[in-house]
Amino acid sequence: MTVVVAPLADHSDIEAALDEGARERWQAIRTEVADDPSRLGRVFPASARTTGRGPLPGRDDVLLEDAVRVDLVSLVARRVEPDALLDELRQVYRYGDSDEKRAVLHALNGIEHAEAGQLDGTDLLLDALRTNDTRLVGAAMGPHSDRLDADAWRQGVLKCLFTGVPVSAVTGLAERADQELAEMVQRYRREREAAGRDVPPDVQAVLDACAAADPKD
Amino acid sequence: MRIFDPHIHMTSRTTDDYEAMHAAGVRALVEPAFWLGQPRTSVGSFTDYFDALVGWERFRAAQFGIAHHCTIALNPKEANDPRCAEVLDVLPRYLAKDGVVAVGEVGFDSMTVEEEKAFVRQLELAVEFGLPAMVHTPHRDKEQGTRRTLELVADSGLAPGMVVVDHLNEVTVDQVDEAGCWMGFSIYPDTKMDEHRMVAILQRRGLDRVLVNSAADWGRSDPLKTAKTGAAMLAAGFTEDDVDRVLWRNPVEFFGQSGRLLLPDSVDGEDTSSPTDAAATFEGNSILRGSRD
Repeated sequence: MTVVVAPLADHSDIEAALDEGARERWQAIRTEVADDPSRLGRVFPASARTTGRGPLPGRDDVLLEDAVRVDLVSLVARRVEPDALLDELRQVYRYGDSDEKRAVLHALNGIEHAEAGQLDGTDLLLDALRTNDTRLVGAAMGPHSDRLDADAWRQGVLKCLFTGVPVSAVTGLAERADQELAEMVQRYRREREAAGRDVPPDVQAVLDACAAADPKD
Repeated sequence: MRIFDPHIHMTSRTTDDYEAMHAAGVRALVEPAFWLGQPRTSVGSFTDYFDALVGWERFRAAQFGIAHHCTIALNPKEANDPRCAEVLDVLPRYLAKDGVVAVGEVGFDSMTVEEEKAFVRQLELAVEFGLPAMVHTPHRDKEQGTRRTLELVADSGLAPGMVVVDHLNEVTVDQVDEAGCWMGFSIYPDTKMDEHRMVAILQRRGLDRVLVNSAADWGRSDPLKTAKTGAAMLAAGFTEDDVDRVLWRNPVEFFGQSGRLLLPDSVDGEDTSSPTDAAATFEGNSILRGSRD
C-alpha cells in the first residue's frame, strides 16, 4: 500500500508559471521519474534550473522550485512502498543543498493516508531543527511535525521564536501547546526583557495558544 | 562599484567581513573548496564541508545580500593522502547542484603523481558535468607547475575558455594567456599579487579573460582587495566601465558558462544577465526563467 504525497501547488498553477520550453522539460523529468523512480536522486537536484525558481504567482507562500520537487516526490510515492520512499528521501536530503532539503521536508509535510508509524521522517526533522537555517526550521515544523515527541516539538517552537520563524508556520500549535511550553516561553520572554530587548509578538501568540489549551497533568 | 569576487573562502571569515564586503560593493562571490589549514583524514570530513558550501554558507551570505556560489573538488594538497582520495567518488553528487559553478580548486601543490592523477580525473569530471575548472597553481616552482597544468588542460578536452588558472603573477601570466585560458590573480597584503602590480598587468595586456580575486581565507588576507584593485584601476586612468568589466562582467561571463549562477535579476540597477548564462536566477526573486539541463 503506497502513501499519497499531496502537491504543494495545483498542476495547472505550476504549468502556468513555466514558459513553453520549461514546461516541456518539466514533463520530461516527470516522465523520467514515473518510468523509473530510482532516477529521483539525479533529477531532483537539477530540477530548479531545468524548470524555474522563485515565488509561484498567486501563491505568496510557495516557491516554484519547491512545488516542482514535491510533485516529483509525489510521482515516486505512487510507485514505491513507503519504506523505499523514505529511504529515497533520506538519500536526497543527506546530499541535498538547503533548497533540496527544504523540498524534502515539504514532501514529508504532504504525506496523506499514512498508517500510524508509517513513513516516519522524524530523523530528518530533527536534523533540520539542529540547523540555524530559518527556511529549514520553518519547514520542519509543518504537518509532519506531528511525529515529533513533545520535548522535541516544544524545542522546535522555541527555536522558531528564537530564530524569527513565524509561528504561523507551526502546525498544530493550538492542539499541542501546553503548560510546559508556556513556562519555556515565559522564561525566554523574561530573558529578553532582562536584556532590554524587544519581545517578538509571536511570543504572546504562543502564550495565548498555551492559555487556551486544556491544562495538562 | 558592483563586485563579484571570484575566489574567496568565506567559511574562514566573519560576519564583519560580510558587512564590509557588502558596503564595498560585493554582491556575489565564488567560494572554492580548498584545504582548511588542518589536514583532513576522512571522506566524511569533506562531505560535511561540501554540505556547508551548498548549505549554511549560502544561507549566511544571503543574510548580507550577497549571492554565494561555490566550486567543489579534492584539493591538490589533500589528494596526496590515500585516506582522502576516495572523495573523488562522491564529487558527482555535488557537481550536479545549483550554485556549483566549477570544479575546483584542482591542480598541483607539490607536483606528485597522486596530485596529477586527481587533477586529470577532475578535469574529466568537468567535461562530464559541463562545468568550468578552477586551477590552483603551486606556491613553490610556480612556473613549472603552470606549464604542466597547461599540458594537462590541453590533453583533457576541456576548452581553454572553460579553465581559469589562478594565483598568477608576472612570471606565469603569459603562458596562460597564450593557451587561451582565463587568468586569475589573487591580490594579497604580502604575498601573491598586490593591486598596483595588478594594474600594471592590466595596462600591459588588457582586460580580456582576467579575473581578480581576494582569495581571502584563514591566513593574512583582505576580503576588500577586489574593491581596492578597482580603486587602483580608477586612479591609474581606467574607466568605471573597465572596472565593472574586470570586477563584475568577467566573472559572470566565466562562471556563467556553468549555467548554475544564482544571481539576482539586477544589481544596483544594472542587468546581471550574461550572454553565456542560461540560468541567471536568484532564490526569492520573481523571475521564473528555465534553462538547459
